[in-house]
Amino acid sequence: MRSTRQAIALTLAGALAVSTLAACSSSGSGDDDGDGGSTDGGKVTLKVVSLLPGSEQEAIDAFNAQVEEFETANPDIDIEPEEYEWKATTFAAQLAGNTLPDVFEIPFTDAKTLVENGQLADLDAQFRELPYADKFNPAIIEAGTGPDGHVYAIPAKNVYGVGLHYNRDLFEAAGLDPDDPPTTWDEVREDAKTISDANEGVAGYMQMSQNNTGGWQLTVNTFARGGRTQEVADDGSATSTLSNEGTKDALEWLQAMRWEDNSLGSNFLLDWGTINQAFAAGQVAMYTSGSDVYTALVQTNAIDPEMYGLAALPLEGDDAGVLTGGTLAAMPADVDDAKKEAAMKWIDFFYLGKLVDEDRAVADAETLVANDQPVGTPVLPMFSQEQYEQNQEWIADQINVPLDQMTSYTDTMFDLPLVGEPSQKTQEIYALLDPVVQAVLTDENADIDALLEDADAQAQALLDQG
Amino acid sequence: MTATTSPPPPPGPAHARPGGTGSAHRAARSGRPRSLATWVRGGGLSTLVFLLPLIVIFGLFSWFPIVRAVIMSFQETNLVTAPTFVGLDNFRQVLNDPILWKAVRNTMYFAFLALLFGYPIPLVAAVLMREVRRAKGLYSALAYLPVVVPPVVAVLLWKFFYNASPTGVFNTMLGWVGLGPYPWLQDASWAMPSLVLAATWAGAGGTIIIYLAALTSVPPELYDASEVDGAGLWRKIWHVTLPQLRGVLFITLILQVIGTAQVFLEPYLFTGGGPNNATVTVLLLIYRYAFQNSLGGDYGAATALSLMLAAVLAVFSILYFRLTRSWSTS
Repeated sequence: MRSTRQAIALTLAGALAVSTLAACSSSGSGDDDGDGGSTDGGKVTLKVVSLLPGSEQEAIDAFNAQVEEFETANPDIDIEPEEYEWKATTFAAQLAGNTLPDVFEIPFTDAKTLVENGQLADLDAQFRELPYADKFNPAIIEAGTGPDGHVYAIPAKNVYGVGLHYNRDLFEAAGLDPDDPPTTWDEVREDAKTISDANEGVAGYMQMSQNNTGGWQLTVNTFARGGRTQEVADDGSATSTLSNEGTKDALEWLQAMRWEDNSLGSNFLLDWGTINQAFAAGQVAMYTSGSDVYTALVQTNAIDPEMYGLAALPLEGDDAGVLTGGTLAAMPADVDDAKKEAAMKWIDFFYLGKLVDEDRAVADAETLVANDQPVGTPVLPMFSQEQYEQNQEWIADQINVPLDQMTSYTDTMFDLPLVGEPSQKTQEIYALLDPVVQAVLTDENADIDALLEDADAQAQALLDQG
Repeated sequence: MTATTSPPPPPGPAHARPGGTGSAHRAARSGRPRSLATWVRGGGLSTLVFLLPLIVIFGLFSWFPIVRAVIMSFQETNLVTAPTFVGLDNFRQVLNDPILWKAVRNTMYFAFLALLFGYPIPLVAAVLMREVRRAKGLYSALAYLPVVVPPVVAVLLWKFFYNASPTGVFNTMLGWVGLGPYPWLQDASWAMPSLVLAATWAGAGGTIIIYLAALTSVPPELYDASEVDGAGLWRKIWHVTLPQLRGVLFITLILQVIGTAQVFLEPYLFTGGGPNNATVTVLLLIYRYAFQNSLGGDYGAATALSLMLAAVLAVFSILYFRLTRSWSTS
């Protein structure tokens, strides 16, 4: 009797040990995503980026309707949507750990290094089969092209220029004309003061300051005042120029608004997501961000379209420019050809085809409109201005974003002098500029010259690492 | 170990049996290794099988990462390209980082404030709760409630309360008595005390429960005797309660110091280390080394700093236990 019990106990313990080992080995192999095994009974399963986490139900419904349409047209492909938000702090670990969707999105600035590291799949052959592959703006295709001339990351979703987003209701409440948004930085400052004085607890203007976005927006403000944050020589060596006049002006302007006008509210630790929240909630009257942010404001923050306004970024000084950036679609390096081909069909369907094909453009817009999703948010053209305008004509009946509240931006968007983001150590330098912006916002005696000199030395050290 | 100093073998079935066990016993006493068969018969195999799940899990999830971290601290690696050994470069790089010393100062400041407020509060609360005659369970539940609130939820709630505008929750309440508004998380000198306040609220419940349990072991005769001697509440606490809790107090102190040296959650969720790095702690810096760069973290620097932190805490713990060994036994 005793020996039987002992045998049962031993068997159970052994089984537990074996199952533990088995569980560990299966979780360690990453066989569900990483090895490119993609077919399931002849079907290719493709994990794709869906929406930002926390999106509204209508946005999810619209996305699911698009997935259904795609799967009907491509019965051999099974789409698995995954919520996704690119974040500098999680992306590298997700990519190394094989936990990204098969088709994921990355900013323009990261593609070349990821290609050099061998972390992205070569999509050149599949990309060249697209009927409009040779019609892209060459500068945009270049962002995702490797040193071998092959395309590894494909322009998708958007190309943005930074604009000034403002709350029309708060303008009106302060006695300002919402159809006449500020066009110079001095006017932005004056209006911000008027708005914060008239609306207790509201920031007349605010700027991102956390999770690398402080550096990103300081760079936007630098470019808009004619400054540049780095120079790259022909031999590839880079020099940090953070102590330039444009950056100083931008910080002094911010300092004056914070400590003289007190027009920046009371929350000085905001990033892309939280400033969108604050803006949609009416706590921030003006801020700068990509021109396409309206879509996210609707999908994630349920913004009231009536209150939204978009103006062109004020430009001052010689060589002033609007920072431009965008999103590329890419795949991990180890995917197989079947998955690459399925991915290219999805990229064509979801991101690109609707820009160049009338039927697809209208069908896509109708699906979005049926689910109360924004159609017609202004972005910069991926192909040409003519193509963009043609596309807008096709979907004219479906456009539901308040374009008449964005004319200050749309009237000039094709004439803006666009400047790409700094190309070297972009995110790392943005990160070391976050504390500089935060210091100006939270320390009345912040010494801007000293802060910039210190940041410049650190940035140069990063650039010297190569 | 020599035969003369060996402890006697424990009683058990194997030793109760005549014959072979006697020779095994002799073999052990004479220093010869026991045979495999003897080991199996003595229950060694079943011991091993029962231990196996624990060894596997502990080895795989605790010791393997520790060994990997030690190796990585001497490597340059982004977990994608092949790692290269760089000697002590990672340690040099970390020690030359100006943010490191700011992070060390911030961490020590957090630990100091947490000791100042977070250490005595649970003790006082526990002693008072013991003195309460009615609804003891209610007070215990209320004290422990913050511990069961998920930390992220608690931080988001506190962040909402810490709204620095005059209409924020805390500022409104303080405004009723003519105080404030205060900047809370939005000012470099206010941010750290604000984090400590929230952390103390969140962590006090667990320590209170430990103290309450320890207080039940204090013999009531001691209180009776001190009352007979004319002691009031304060003298009872000073002369009876605290000496009786000495051992527990030493343990909670070292746990608190180790815990606060590894503080991450509060600065990460409340301020992200800001404003202007005023709340960057050592652990947050390790996180930044590893994850801030979207193009691949500096895992070598991150593991190097982790090892240095572990070494400092180990030395501190050893010193602390050596210094307090004689005090902690009553």
